[in-house]
Formats: sequence, C-alpha cells, structure tokens
Amino acid sequence: MSGALALPWTGARRGERVAFVLLLALVGLLALVPIARLAQEAIAPHGVFDPAVFAGVLESPTVWRAARNTIVVAIGGTALSLALGTSFALLVTLTDIRAKKALVFSFMMPLMIAPQVTALAWINLLGPNSTLLRAVGLAPAPGSPHPLYGAAGIALLLGIEQAPVVFLAVRAGLRALPRDLVEAAQASGARPWRIVGTIVLPLAMPSVAAGAMLAFVGCIGNFGIPAFLGIPAGFTVLVTLIYQRLAGFGTGVLSEVAALSLLLALIALGGLLLNGWLGRRKDVRVAALATAAPAWSLGRARPIAEGVCWFALFFVLALPFAALAATALVPAIGVALGPKTATLANFHFVLFDYAATRRAFLNSASLAAGAAVVLVMLSVPLGYSLAGRPPGVRQVVGFVAELPYALPGVVLAIAMILCLLRPLPIVGFSLYSTIWIILVAYLSRFLLLALRPVTNALRQIDPSLDEAARMSGARFARRVATVIMPMIAPSAVAGGMLVFMMAFNELTVSALLWSAGSETVGVVLFSLEQAGDAVSAAAVAVIAVLVTLALMLIANAFASRTARGVLPWQP
Amino acid sequence: MAALTIEGVAKRFGAVAALDDVSLTVADGEFVAVLGPSGCGKSTLLRVIAGFERPERGSVSFGERIVSNGALHVAPEDRQIGMVFQSYALWPHMTVAENIGYPLRVRKLAARDVGREVDAALAAVGLTGYAERRPAQLSGGQRQRVALARCLAMKARIVLLDEPLANLDVHLRARMLAEIAAFRELSKATLIYVTHDQAEALGVADRVAVMSGGRIRQVAPPAALYRTPQDGVVSRFVGPGAVARGQVTQTFANGHSTVALFGREWEVRSAPGQTAGDVEVCIRPEDLAIVGEGRGFAARVARVLYQGGRSVVEASPAADPETTLSLSVDSGTATGIGRTVHLALVDGWVIPE
Ligand SMILES: Nc1ncnc2c1ncn2[C@@H]1O[C@H](COP(=O)(O)OP(=O)(O)O)[C@@H](O)[C@H]1O
Ligand SMILES: [Mg+2]
Repeated sequence: MSGALALPWTGARRGERVAFVLLLALVGLLALVPIARLAQEAIAPHGVFDPAVFAGVLESPTVWRAARNTIVVAIGGTALSLALGTSFALLVTLTDIRAKKALVFSFMMPLMIAPQVTALAWINLLGPNSTLLRAVGLAPAPGSPHPLYGAAGIALLLGIEQAPVVFLAVRAGLRALPRDLVEAAQASGARPWRIVGTIVLPLAMPSVAAGAMLAFVGCIGNFGIPAFLGIPAGFTVLVTLIYQRLAGFGTGVLSEVAALSLLLALIALGGLLLNGWLGRRKDVRVAALATAAPAWSLGRARPIAEGVCWFALFFVLALPFAALAATALVPAIGVALGPKTATLANFHFVLFDYAATRRAFLNSASLAAGAAVVLVMLSVPLGYSLAGRPPGVRQVVGFVAELPYALPGVVLAIAMILCLLRPLPIVGFSLYSTIWIILVAYLSRFLLLALRPVTNALRQIDPSLDEAARMSGARFARRVATVIMPMIAPSAVAGGMLVFMMAFNELTVSALLWSAGSETVGVVLFSLEQAGDAVSAAAVAVIAVLVTLALMLIANAFASRTARGVLPWQP
Repeated sequence: MAALTIEGVAKRFGAVAALDDVSLTVADGEFVAVLGPSGCGKSTLLRVIAGFERPERGSVSFGERIVSNGALHVAPEDRQIGMVFQSYALWPHMTVAENIGYPLRVRKLAARDVGREVDAALAAVGLTGYAERRPAQLSGGQRQRVALARCLAMKARIVLLDEPLANLDVHLRARMLAEIAAFRELSKATLIYVTHDQAEALGVADRVAVMSGGRIRQVAPPAALYRTPQDGVVSRFVGPGAVARGQVTQTFANGHSTVALFGREWEVRSAPGQTAGDVEVCIRPEDLAIVGEGRGFAARVARVLYQGGRSVVEASPAADPETTLSLSVDSGTATGIGRTVHLALVDGWVIPE
C-alpha cells in the first residue's frame, strides 16, 4: 500500500473535483503568477525580450557592492548559525542534558521574534544610549558609532536568527539516525567524541548542509537586520538597496527594482535548488531504519554544558531584551532607569495616544488574523484533496507553495506591486496603496506555514482510520467532519497561529507595500527608530515580543495534540 | 445459500498482478481462512471484497446482490461489511464507546439504542468498564477486542480480518484466536480471515484458501489440505514434510498408486484418474517409519531437533540427496548427525497435475 490517506475520490462527485481544480488555481494565482510577472518585468519589461534593464542593473557598481555585501554577511551569518545550530542539535538530541524543552523553546525564540525587534534590542544593549550599560558605567562614549553597525554586527545577528533553522534541519537528520549504527561503533570501542566525528556527523552531513543552505537563503532575504544595522552606517545589501530605490523614486523605477529582485531571487533559488538536491541525496537506507537516537550521559560535564547553554541564551536573549525593556521603561533616552524613573507612559503612548502606532497594532492584528483564518480554511481542503493525489502532484504543489515563503520577502513585495498596481480586471480598482495588497501578499507568503501542518498531520493518519469509517457506512462529508477534521484540527490551528505570529511581526513585505493608514507594527517600529524616538520604538518592540511569547505559550497548550513537527519549538 | 461469491476477479498494480482470476464461494456463517506468503495478494482480496479496491475483471456478490462487476461498484460505505484492520484502525480522538457506536450513529440509531448495543458489544468482548477509555490507554489485545466489538455492534453479516494477530505478542495470540472463535459463535457472521501463519489458518477455519502469486491454489477443509494438497506450492506451504520426485508405475481403482521412489516401489494415495508417469509425492513426517537394515531405503541424518518426548529427524535419502525428509521419532531412538537410518514409506500422496 502507498501509505497515503485513502483516495477520497473513489466515486467522488464532480463538484469535489471542480473544487480541487479551483484550489489549485488559487494557489497558482497567489504563488506562481506574481513571481512569473516579476521575471517578465525584469527581462521583458514591454512584453518582448529586452535584457537592457537587467544588463544595466548588472553594470552598476552600486549593485555589485550591494551584492558583494549581501554575500559577505550571508556567509558570515550562515557560518555562525551552522556552528550554533549544529552543536545545539548534537547536545539536545544525543545527550542527557536536562530541561531540553525549555532549552529548545528559548533557542527557537530568535526565529519567532521579528528580526527588526532583535536588531532594536541589540542596538539598545550595546549602543552609546544603552540604558543598561549606562547603569553599570560601561556604555560607549556618547556620539561614538554603534559597535554593531556594519557587516560584522549584521552577520552576528543573522547568525543568531538563523541558528534555529540549522538546528531544526540537523535535529531531523539526527533523529533519522539508526541507533544500531551508533551502537556498533560503541561496541567497537569508540568513545562518544569519536563516534560523533566518524559516524554521527558524516551520516547527518546532508541535513547539516541542507540547514546551511536554508540559513543562507534566510540571511540573503532578511530585511529587518540590515535595515536597522546597515542603513544608518551606509552599508547596503541588495534587500535594502531595493527598498531605498523604491522608497526614493517610487513606482517609476519598477523595472529596475524588478531586475534587482530577480537577481536576488536567482541567488536564493540557487540555494533552494541546492537544498532540494542535498535532500534527495540523503541515504534512504538510513532514513528507513530510523530509531531513537542514543542519549549519552554527559557525566560530570553535564552541569558545565548546561551552564554554557544557559549562559549563552542569557547573553543573546535575556540581556538584549532586558535592555529593550529598560529603554521602554524610561521617560527619555539618557534618563537612568530606577524605581523613581520607571514609567509605563511609553506603552500608554504607543497603544492609545499616538494614532500611527495605535493604527499599526490594529492593522497588524487584523492582517494577521485575516491571513490566518483564510489560510487555514484554504489549507484544510487543499491538504485533504492533495493527500489522495500521486506524489508528483503533491511535490509540485508543495514547491509552488514554498516559493513565496522561501524567496526573499522583498522579491514577493515587488512582484505583488507589479501584479496589483493596475486596476483589477472585473472590480475596476487597484489594490495598490490599500491595506488589501498587504493581505494578498501575506496570503501568498504564509500559505506554506498553514499548509505544511495540515499535510504533515494527514500524512501521519493511518489510511485504515478513514477506511474503518467507510466500512461503518460514513460518507465523504461525514468522514471529513467526524474522523479527519478532529485529527488534523490541532495541527491546522497551530499552523494558523504560526501564520498569525509571523504576519503580526512582519516587516519586509509591508515595508514596501504600506501606505498612509495601512502601517504595520514592523513599519512603525522602523519609522520610530529612524526618527530617533528610541523609547517609543522600544515600547512597540516589547509589545511585539510579548504577543509572540504569549502566542507560543498558547500554542504549547495543545501541542500534545498536534502532529509531530508542527510547532518548530517542540522538542 | 452462499454469503459471498467471488468470480474471476483480477486486480493489477502497475506490473504486479495482485489478484489473478480469483474465484471463491463462501457459505453463510462459514469461517474461511486465506493463507499465503506475504505479498501474495491476501489484503488486496479483502479490500476488493470490502470495496476499497475496484477489480478490473470479475464480480463480487453478497448473497444474490452483486456489489462489484464491470459496470457497477458499490461504495464500501454501502456494503455493511465489518473489517478488523491489521492496525485495528481505532480513532484516537474517540473513546472506546464512541468507536464502537460510530457505525450505529452513522446509521442514525437513537442514542439510547446505541448505548445499549455498545454495552452489549463491550460485555461480549469482556471490556465492560472500559467504555470511556481512549484507544491509547489500551493494550494491544484490548484494542483488538474493541475492533471486534465494533464489528459485533454493527451486526455485519460478513466480517473480514486482515492478519489480526500479527501485531500481538506470541502469548496473546492463542487467547485472541479463541476470542475470534467466540466472536463467531456470537455473531453467526461469515468470517474471512487472512493470515500468513498456517497454524492459525488450520487451527480455526472451516476451510482454508491457499494463495500464492495472486491466485487461489486450493480451497479445502484443513485436514484435506494437509492430506491431499492439489499442487506442489500448497504441499510445501501447508504443514511440515517434503516433496520428492518419483514415477507412478501402476494405478488402482481404489485411489491408490504404486510409485517408484528412492530406489523402491511404494503404495501411496492418489487422486482418482491418476495416470502413470513422472510425479511429485508429498511425504509428511508421519508417512515415514524407521525400519531395520535391508528393508526400506538408506538415508543420512542431517539434523536432529530435540522437542521433548519426541525429536524431529531430518534425513536425506542416499538415492536422492537433494531431498530432505523429516520425521518425528521417539527421543530415545538412537540417531545422530551423520548416521545412516533405514526408512520406509507407510503412506504418501501423489500430487495431481
Ligand atoms: N496500493 C498498491 N499500490 C501498488 N501495489 C500494491 C498496492 N497494494 C498492493 N500492492 C502489491 O500487490 C501485491 C499484493 O499485495 P497484498 O495484497 O498487500 O499482499 P499480502 O496482503 O498478501 O501481503 C504486492 O506485490 C503489493 O506490493
Ligand atoms: Mg497484507
């Protein structure tokens, strides 16, 4: 038997087939059309092949500098994330270190928290204005450049942000490792270090490499970190170059930014294809025998390992966010934080008094909720009808849904502008410069986050559960309602929460698509920081972190009922 | 009247012929075991009967009613067939009672009646008190019983069991086999029981259908299958013993023949109408006896397997060293590896065809 859920289509009515085709068309419209339109604009701006714009872009020294900067920080960030993610994965999967749940949860935080928020936290931690450093008299001299501005700082934060991506990939690889291969090495007398070096890592190498590729693509597409740490220092990467061109010259330079985006997309696509190739190279004989990995006793080294982990997490997580909170709690930059000076006025200001931030919270919450609800409602029927399709169809749809998520957000934003700038055919008005264009872009970008949990959950359902319901006399609709839905609902809801979390904190796409009245939380955070209102920016960032944390904890509450691997921070 | 008639059913998966011209008739209330090695098409046969697979050729009927043929295919949900899946297929989000009552709720039985039927089914399988448990809180044997109770409650006239004991510990299997027999008494349903374990099949079924390579080789009561296998595949797959090549030299009207085997002539059983010529002879352990030197034929002992009071001796005839005969002897008998024993054929069966 194929192992997939039984075909819901044996004897399916025409209506169900039509629905499937419509769903596929919708996915194509959301994910494939915009990217095709972008490619067309870049190489055939007037409908005929014309490489002039693309060639012109490639000739510009500014572009080359930005491209070089992009690759430099991406390689630096990838190297750091590889070191952090791999060693953490080894520690968590192969040893008896304690409090794994809490460790993994904390380690995943940088991926869940928006990059611009992380950047802001670090700016607040280490800059001359650091409330925290001032309190201990360690702040750099006022007026001196921020130590994190520039390539090194960007690579550092990219590395921290992408480490969880590497961690997830390597952990999956380690979990697929057959225990007996390790035990055979133990029986041969090899010590744990030697086994890690000669057995575990070589077998997990495809996963390590795949994680590295994903981290690389993530680094290339990141906007929040280079925007906060690069723009003030005049350090430009491709993503911020596209942003600055479009923000500076408006839609008149669309062909040029489309060409730039295509360049960026091609670099990212190279990484993605390499990743897919590495995935296929995985030794299937290894995957087929998968059993639980060994849990080596760390012995007396355990407290030391735990200490190092928690200290590192304290330094990269607790300290920056403490600095952020400290800034959010003082009335103005330069005021020392103390029992007398601490105030919640900044929170009051951004939540209730200041129209732009108040609106932004509302906008982001509505956009996130809208995207989450629509995508869950789309993903459940799509996932179910995909489950009975041949693997080829599933793979193609999966790849198409992955494109807008994996490609840099800037690329998607430009593609959306190109598609939606002109009035829509039937309704006769343009979505551009309304909030709707952001919603459409979110539906495209986060489709994968909603679809993957559903397909994961469906894959884990034994097909005989559906067959047993058929044997009991239950028809299609009844089976979906009483058997399939209850089993996939927790995963689908968890997927919706991931969408909400990501959309609520989103900056890259909305930075290019927002207009007066449709600001998002990410956008106002960026404007406040650029305008020098550090305390309000910190307050917005703290609220964003708290929302993320709350959502993660709520999702945790029903984690035991979701399919395996739906919530990335679950051990 | 036949409860189930399968005629000339064929089903391919790509290049694999999972079912190849399969026909089988099962009487009402009969217990038929389908026995065959893994991959021979047993599950496919069950899934065709249940309606999960649509045969390419042939027909399936329940009583007078055709449920599958070239033109028509009744959906599984309209067949009222009970099935015990290898994985039991209990819905993890429902309690034991909800699992058992599901088919009744689907058929819109009043809640009170559902409750009564569920209680009765639970009592029948000895699980009273487990109604509110979740499947995850049950042991393997208990899950199996819930799956049986679900078929019992839905009052299925035909119940299909796909290797129901394969996921159980060895010591649980005998118990569950007894429970399945009890289930049959209680439900009076027609049972089709698929297994690759001949002890299970021969032990409980009224008739056994032996399958291999997508075909049914023989359908017969267990004793007939053991004593008179219709071809070499069946005789090798069912029961211990050996198949040796010999020649029929003479046939008798009483269903016996004389065969030349291992350098001597023996009288063995054969099918009516057996003709002279090269044949295969099925030799069971009890068909052989140790005799004194000068009678019988010489064989070299290759293995002795001690089994308590008796031992299994495997020996190769000097005249045909490729063949390994096995026989059961009193453990006191002096045999040892490498020694020569003299054996006589007291019975045997000429495989027809
Ligand atoms: N859904 C399927 N797709 C492809 N091949 C199948 C499928 N189901 C069964 N087969 C093939 O048909 C043959 C018979 O399978 P099955 O009926 O499951 O055998 P058994 O239950 O006797 O082990 C096997 O070769 C198997 O690989
Ligand atoms: Mg089978």
